[in-house]
Amino acid sequence: MAGERQDHREIRDAVAKLCAGFPGEYWRALDERRAYPTEFVEALTEGGWLAALVPEDYGGAGLPLSAAAAILEEIQRQGCNGAACHAQMYVMGTILRHGSEAQKQAYLPDIASGALRLQAFGVTEPSSGTDTTALRTTARREGDRYLVNGQKIWTSRAEHSDLMLLLARTTPRDQVAKKTDGLSTFIVDMRKVLGKGLTIRPIRTMMNHNSCEVFFEDMEVPAANLVGEEGKGFRYILSGMNAERILIAAECIGDAKWFIEKATGYAKERVVFGRPIGQNQGIQFPIAKAYASMRAAELMVQEALRLYEAGENPGAEANMAKMLAADASFEAANACIQTHGGFGFAEEYDVERKFRETRLYQVAPISTNLILSYLAEHVLGLPRSY
Amino acid sequence: MKVLVAVKRVIDAYVKVRVKSDGSGVETQNVKMSMNPFCEIAVEEAVRLKEAGVATEIVAVSCGPQQSQETIRTALAMGADRGILVQSDEALEPLAIAKILKAVVDKEQPELVLLGKQAVDNDFGQTGQMLSALLGWSQATYASKIQKADGELTVTREIDGGLETIKVKLPAIVTADLRLNEPRYASLPNIMKAKKKPIDTMSPADLGVDAAPRLSVVKVTEPPARQAGVKVGSVAELVDKLKNEAKVI
Repeated sequence: MAGERQDHREIRDAVAKLCAGFPGEYWRALDERRAYPTEFVEALTEGGWLAALVPEDYGGAGLPLSAAAAILEEIQRQGCNGAACHAQMYVMGTILRHGSEAQKQAYLPDIASGALRLQAFGVTEPSSGTDTTALRTTARREGDRYLVNGQKIWTSRAEHSDLMLLLARTTPRDQVAKKTDGLSTFIVDMRKVLGKGLTIRPIRTMMNHNSCEVFFEDMEVPAANLVGEEGKGFRYILSGMNAERILIAAECIGDAKWFIEKATGYAKERVVFGRPIGQNQGIQFPIAKAYASMRAAELMVQEALRLYEAGENPGAEANMAKMLAADASFEAANACIQTHGGFGFAEEYDVERKFRETRLYQVAPISTNLILSYLAEHVLGLPRSY
Repeated sequence: MKVLVAVKRVIDAYVKVRVKSDGSGVETQNVKMSMNPFCEIAVEEAVRLKEAGVATEIVAVSCGPQQSQETIRTALAMGADRGILVQSDEALEPLAIAKILKAVVDKEQPELVLLGKQAVDNDFGQTGQMLSALLGWSQATYASKIQKADGELTVTREIDGGLETIKVKLPAIVTADLRLNEPRYASLPNIMKAKKKPIDTMSPADLGVDAAPRLSVVKVTEPPARQAGVKVGSVAELVDKLKNEAKVI
């Protein structure tokens, strides 16, 4: 595609080759059974792709965030779905930045090799979505362990993860000076507590994403699994949000490129009234518009990556990148399904599947309204709206 | 056993090739380039020989422009140990490449040279055979299986109508056919390691080779566009058309 990003070319090429082994039929068959792409995730794990961000000292490749972005963008661009495992790349960042050396030694090498899967992130609850500090799950210390009670929802991949990073309240909200205090982050070894205080229940959704509800009933977590200091967990979780947003934005750029290529290809070859439909401005303009939106969003992703890698705080850029890229991918999805007409709704064209999948990023991991609120309040200095 | 593998940078096999408007060749500007698929198979075989303890060192050689370094890096990421780029911006013909490879073989003294049976750009399919003649080494072309015994290789070749198994004495030239193996994907750690592996760069002149072209391309054209077919109404009509129009039955 014209104007293609050239950074990490060899990484993109190698990922594209791997993805070629997982064509549309593979994903369609999984979709039908709502099954997890185990073979795809294994191939990515074996190739070391999910360990891109783990430092070399702990067995990973120690690459900058832009390399991880290139990997995830390419996966989406090839029509695959990295959502099944993207969290394995970045959830470990919280342990890396705030965990003890003992925790890093205990977990990171196995996360890098794929022997341990850390891709469940227990934050959101039924009664507190974006209002994270209102969460009701509690962890009460008893001797050398914590007892966790409560519930999480929209915990993606919980059934396909060994560990979960969990945010729970350790001091009641009315006993802390700031509501962001009193929350703590834990590493939960779900293999040890499943059926013993931990229940996982998958939720059927419009796409094959393995979203789950997770219930805790006196679930025991060793005190040694507390990350950093008790009561400071909210900050630890926030510190990983920029990386997550930038990576998801990169995935959306990959989706947008897939839709634009698919739409362009079809518009060139589908002949109606004696000429290719792509000759009609009614068909080509929405695709061209989607391309322009994608390129603009891609520049914001690059800017966010540049700031992140320079060690600056890219809070606004990461949020804007995610919003613009999600909008661009959905605009491209819409142009693509419209270009295909009735065929866009037929499963064998993969357009409807990707359409459903990319729609998610208007909502997750943060909804567009919250990004706008953030920009209004923190960048423009307008009064807080909520 | 030291193994030399030749790798060529070509237009990616999945790219639709376009002929230049002046008919002098095909468009390569802004076109995705990759390692020739048959070269990939040759590299894979070399890596498997090393993993089996048969090969001790793998040297990947490419002849072409500066960017051929990327092709060598791909080979290094697959498992080759080091690379040699014989840099030339001129189009190199099979004989020139064979002469360059001979000079590299004289320097490196490998026991086995693995090549693809042909490159998918020009489809010459000559380099391996020419190299064998220049070196006076045995050759086994279109290999679909390679086994090493004492001082010789047993190679299964794909020929018209079946398979032929031959024995060749080492040192030897082997060219890889499609079914020799399925090349691996480079893993991320190996791509990272490949960046640190050495690549020597030299020119044909450094090797004392005259790489001047001996062929001239007269014209390059697009293949004729496929003509529309016809729908027949019945088997009888089909048979009639095959008999009287196509005259094939």
